[in-house]
Parts: sequence; structure tokens; C-alpha cells
Amino acid sequence: MENKKNNEKVREISIPGELIGSSKTFKTGYGTYIEGDKIFSKFVGVLQKSEEYVSVIPLSGVYVPQPNDKIIGVVEEAEKFGWILNINSAWQGFLSLSEGVDEYVDLKRINPTRYFDVGDIVYTEVKESRRGGDIQLTMKTPIARKLKGGVIIKITPSKVPRLIGKQGSMVNLIKEKTGTIIRVGQNGLVWVSGENVDKAIKAIKMIDEKSHIYGLTDEIAKLLS
Amino acid sequence: MSDMRADYILKLLEKDERLDGRKLDQFREISIEKNIIATAEGSAKVKLGKTEVIVGVKMNFGEPFPDMPDAGVLRTEAELMPMAHPDFTSGPPGEDATEIARVIDRGIRESESIDVEKLCITKGEKVWSVFVDFYPINHDGNLIDAGSLAAIVALKNTRIPELDKEGKIDREKLKNPLPVMHFPLMITVGKVGNKMIIDPTFEEEQVLDSKLSIAVTEEGKVVAMQKSGSVGLTDDDVDNMIDIAVKKSKELRKLIEDGKKTSK
Amino acid sequence: MMKTDEKMIVKGKRLDGRKPDDLRKIEMEVGVIPNADGSSKVSFGKTTAIVAVYGPRSLFPRHLQESESGIIQFKYDMATFSVDDRKRPGPSRRETEISKVARLAIEPVLFLKNYPKTTVDVFVEILQADGSTRVTAINAASLALADAGVPMRDLVVGLSGGKVDDTLILDLCGKEDNYSDADVPMAFLPNKNEITLLQMDGRLTPEETKQIIRNILHAGKEIYKKQVETLKRKYSE
Repeated sequence: MENKKNNEKVREISIPGELIGSSKTFKTGYGTYIEGDKIFSKFVGVLQKSEEYVSVIPLSGVYVPQPNDKIIGVVEEAEKFGWILNINSAWQGFLSLSEGVDEYVDLKRINPTRYFDVGDIVYTEVKESRRGGDIQLTMKTPIARKLKGGVIIKITPSKVPRLIGKQGSMVNLIKEKTGTIIRVGQNGLVWVSGENVDKAIKAIKMIDEKSHIYGLTDEIAKLLS
Repeated sequence: MSDMRADYILKLLEKDERLDGRKLDQFREISIEKNIIATAEGSAKVKLGKTEVIVGVKMNFGEPFPDMPDAGVLRTEAELMPMAHPDFTSGPPGEDATEIARVIDRGIRESESIDVEKLCITKGEKVWSVFVDFYPINHDGNLIDAGSLAAIVALKNTRIPELDKEGKIDREKLKNPLPVMHFPLMITVGKVGNKMIIDPTFEEEQVLDSKLSIAVTEEGKVVAMQKSGSVGLTDDDVDNMIDIAVKKSKELRKLIEDGKKTSK
Repeated sequence: MMKTDEKMIVKGKRLDGRKPDDLRKIEMEVGVIPNADGSSKVSFGKTTAIVAVYGPRSLFPRHLQESESGIIQFKYDMATFSVDDRKRPGPSRRETEISKVARLAIEPVLFLKNYPKTTVDVFVEILQADGSTRVTAINAASLALADAGVPMRDLVVGLSGGKVDDTLILDLCGKEDNYSDADVPMAFLPNKNEITLLQMDGRLTPEETKQIIRNILHAGKEIYKKQVETLKRKYSE
């Protein structure tokens, strides 16, 4: 797909309500819905058709938490039995004491802010996303940690896969060329720390704005060289 | 805004740097469009970076104040529309909206910008009321400077409707320009630590200790001021801020006269 | 309806030179308000609406929250300078009613099941009013919601029809609106054969009423095309 000719620079964009296939020939992927045997798009997004599936990757929109998502959150409130985090979505995330800390905590003696305090940035995972916007987080996974220093920027959540690239190729390219550490939350929050933070941010923003064009990897490589 | 983000902004300012790469005393890109509202007697749109505001002027019949029976009436109102920022909510104008309207109003009024005596229709009975309405479209900081500029540009381009034979307002016939004698400019100087900045963005406004908005006329006279923010200013601070405002107002005036779009 | 001696149609032409079925010049743009999740600006001739969409975002006060789905809140507001005589700030009864019917025109296309306890806020500001403001607002809201990435079944197209001087017309300007024998603002889902807003006041035969609706559905295709082009144009580089 990346090797299309220059005159076809932009990927095919679909519009809500647009007919994009028949359920006789395709299975429905993300960003679509069925009426009768017709498949329609739900979003302004990039149309993706494989042999089996048709899906639409939205070009904008808010983050909806799904179990196992690796996300970045900011502690907003420290409560007695856990922490409430801003996770860049319409709902807050809750990190319970037992999911946040590996040891037994005697609340009579220890203030939970010793582990996480208001303003702390954490790389965490969605454990459960129950109906009604009840989002449970966990630190009991190898990637989870508190992030110290650095800068956070926001990108469109649906464009996170583009920032990561195939097997992490895109984000690794940025890390290498700018001497930075980068953590990408699936909720669209990106944490950057290290040498050339400004340049890394520029590249990340470019991916956010131009995710719909072909040859993006080349453009990013050019920007970073 | 997270504490980390605030710290980052503060650290940059300590090094005389800003998030968007500007110098401390540099405006964002400025654009001014006049007569953008066909239904208004005067109007302007001003952009300061991502901040965008619209001011529309309407002329209606009004009653003069008893102590000034032959003077027209100027009235400035502001609504902080929920459209312009996620923190703005619907409802009648609150403290902030009212303050913005009154500060914009004061710069125009105290510079005696409008010759209100030319707005008398029947002495003691009927005068022109000039309504200046301020609408932010996108709030990224410094609404007062953007709004003041939009207001004076809109007034400068306002035309008074003619009256028909029965003395009714005929808005299809806009004729004489509103008598605008002075062109005051509002410059807000923000202070954080021992640094002074102009034209703060929304994020920068969150870290400022204090702000002083200063209206300056073409002769360099100061005609209105408003301090906001919760930290006090020393007399040296105020001296410094006035000097910055006067200097920057000259620069801004030149930009506007040259019809340039940016300050860079 | 107000009365006037002025003829609204002279030699088959309307006040602004249009033929009965002609629409005014339509302009559409998305992404005009950086702070908003989605935004748009739409003009039909001199009528101009600007719209911001925020959300889905958390909804307060809590008692408004739905545990099974998100909700939409819609606010239609006219700028004080959008009309001849300055409009007083704050919502009038007319604006409150339009907020409601416009919300109901849009609501059927939104998939909000995945967004419990949240709201999608749609803020409309009419910057210039020269007739047909509610349908202009609905077109702008459709664009702004799609721009915000809110999942939708379809776009929503709005257009007004009516009757002046014994002639059926489309896209009424302010004067036609004031002096028409009837006006019919309507919104529909272009890919679904669903009418989601239908209001009428005036005097029409049943046949005329049906004909106006057909005319709107037909001419609305042009507006739909323009919406699609506008949304695609944002990503055409």
C-alpha cells in the first residue's frame, strides 16, 4: 500500500453513512455497521479493505477504553482505597490500592500518596471497562510504571497505531534519531523524555496531522535526518 | 493542565523561551479582518495565534443619560460562549465575561475614542446607542487584547444608518461613519517570577502570577488599566509593565497601519 | 405571516434573481475552531452558522447522565448582531425551541451506546441571519459531528422550502421567510429515506405540501454532495 504512485498520495477516505461493501463479500471490521446486507461507514476515516474485512480507521474522535489497552494517565485524586486518573477520555480511570501496589498496605500507618500522588504520570493498563463508564486500571503488568520528568503531548487516539508503526518501526525510528525515550498510550497521550524532545514532538505531531497520506515514513525520516 | 506541563512552561520562561518559540515580548501572528458581518453596522475579526474573536457593532435608538442629554451611549457586552473553550459553560455572563466587557469598554471610553456628542438625535430624548458585542470563537489566551483590538477596528468601520421620512432606522442605507477620534490599543503584560511576557497563550495564562492590561493611545498616553491575577505587583513591576505596553503598542500600531498580517 | 405589497416573484425570478428551485451560494468548511473536538462553518447566501462540538465528554450534573448511553445537548444561539435590530443576549423562546427540534433532527444518526454517562455538546452560533437559519445550523452540526469523530449512521441534510406568490420555492431568504404563504424547514438522512425535522407554517394544499417535501429531498442531494466534499477536502493533502 505504501508504494502507490505519487498521484495517489491520499488514502481513500470514507464518510459516515457511505456504503462501503456488502456483508456477502466482507466481514465487518472497526468503524462500520450493517443494515440488511449492506456495510456502511460510521466515521470520517481511512477505508481499509482486505480480502476478508472492511473497516474504517477514524481520523478524529475521543478514546474509548478497552481491556488490555496500555495507556498513560495523570493522577487527579488520591483517595483512601485508590487513585482517580485522568485518562484522556470521557471517563476517569480508577486504580485501586490492590491493583496499584504489590505489598500489603496498612492504611492506619501509611498514606497512599506515598505510592502515587496527585500530578503523577503513570503508564498503566486497562483491566476492565464495565458498562456505565466504570474503568478499572492495573499496575500488575510488566510495562506499568510511574513516569518521571519528560513531557506529555496529545494525539488523536485512533492514530496511535500509525505512530507505533509495524512492529514499532515508526516510534523506534523517532527514538533512535532524537535520543529520546517515548511511551505511547493507546489513549492518545504520548510521553517523551531525553535529548532532543522538541524534534521528537515535531515528528509525532506530523504523524498525527498526516496519518492519511502515503509515504509518511519517508517524510518522517526526512524530518529527522 | 498537569503540574508537569506547568513546570515545563516555567522552566522555558526562566531561559527566556516559550513553548511556541516566541520571544518574551513578541506577539503571536496577528490577523485583522473588517466588515465580516453583513448584518452588523460595523464588525471585525481578530486572530492572535489560535485565539479568534469577533466583535459586531449595532446602532439602535436609546435615551441619553440625564447628566449628558446630548451624548450618545456606548455599551459593551461580552459572552464567553461555550463554543470557544471546553471550560466555558452556557448561561448568563459571569464575572470573567463581565470583566472582559468592562475592560474593553474602558479603553474605548476613557480614550474618548468616540465623539458621543455627534450621536445626538433629539437632545434629552433620543440618541444613538452604540452596542459593541464581543464573541470569542476560540480561546487560546489574551482575550482582552484581541477583543479590544477587534472592538476598535469594528467601531472605526461602523457606519450610522440613515433615518427615513418617518424617522425610522433604515439599515439598508448605512452612510456616515461613526466619529471615531482615537484608536487606543490594549496591551496585557503578564508577570511570572521575575519575567514579563506579552500576548500569553491559554496555557501561559495558567502559570502567570499576575497580569496588567494597559490601554495606550496614539500619543502614548495611558488611558485605562486593569490588574488581574492573585499575586501583588511592586511599583517597579508596574513601571516596567507600562514601559513594555507603551513600546509594544507603538509596534502593534505600526503593524496595523502597514496592514501587515504578522508580527514576525 | 406578514403581508406586503412587494412582489416576491417577478417574471419567474425571485428577489435575489434566483429561479424558484435555485439554492443560494453554499459555503462549507470544517476544523474552524481549534479548541473543539469538531467544528464547522456553513453559509447559505448571507445566513452563516458556526458550530463547535465537544465530546463525548463527562456530563454534569450527574442526574442528567444515562447509564446505558451518551446523550446529545444542542444549543442554538443567535449573535446579537446577526439580525437588523440588535437581539438581546440570552436564549429567546424561539431559540429554545430550535435547540430542541434541531437536536431531535440530529439524534437519530448518533451511535452513543458506547459512551454511557457522557454528553456530546453541539454549540451553534448564528453569525448572520437571512432566513433558513435552523436548516443551515443542522448542516453545520452534521459536519461538525462528523469532524469530531462521533460515530454516525449518516450525515444530516437540512433545507427549507416554501411558497411565495403562488410559486413553490427552495432555500428561503429572510424576506421570503417573512412574507411567504408558507415555509417548511426540513432535515433528512440522505442515505436512509428518513425525515428527522419537519416543521411548517402557513397555508398549503396537501399536494403542494407533498411537492415541497419532494423538492427538498431532490435538491438536498446537492447539499449532501457538498458536505461529503467538505469532509474529504480536509484530508486532501
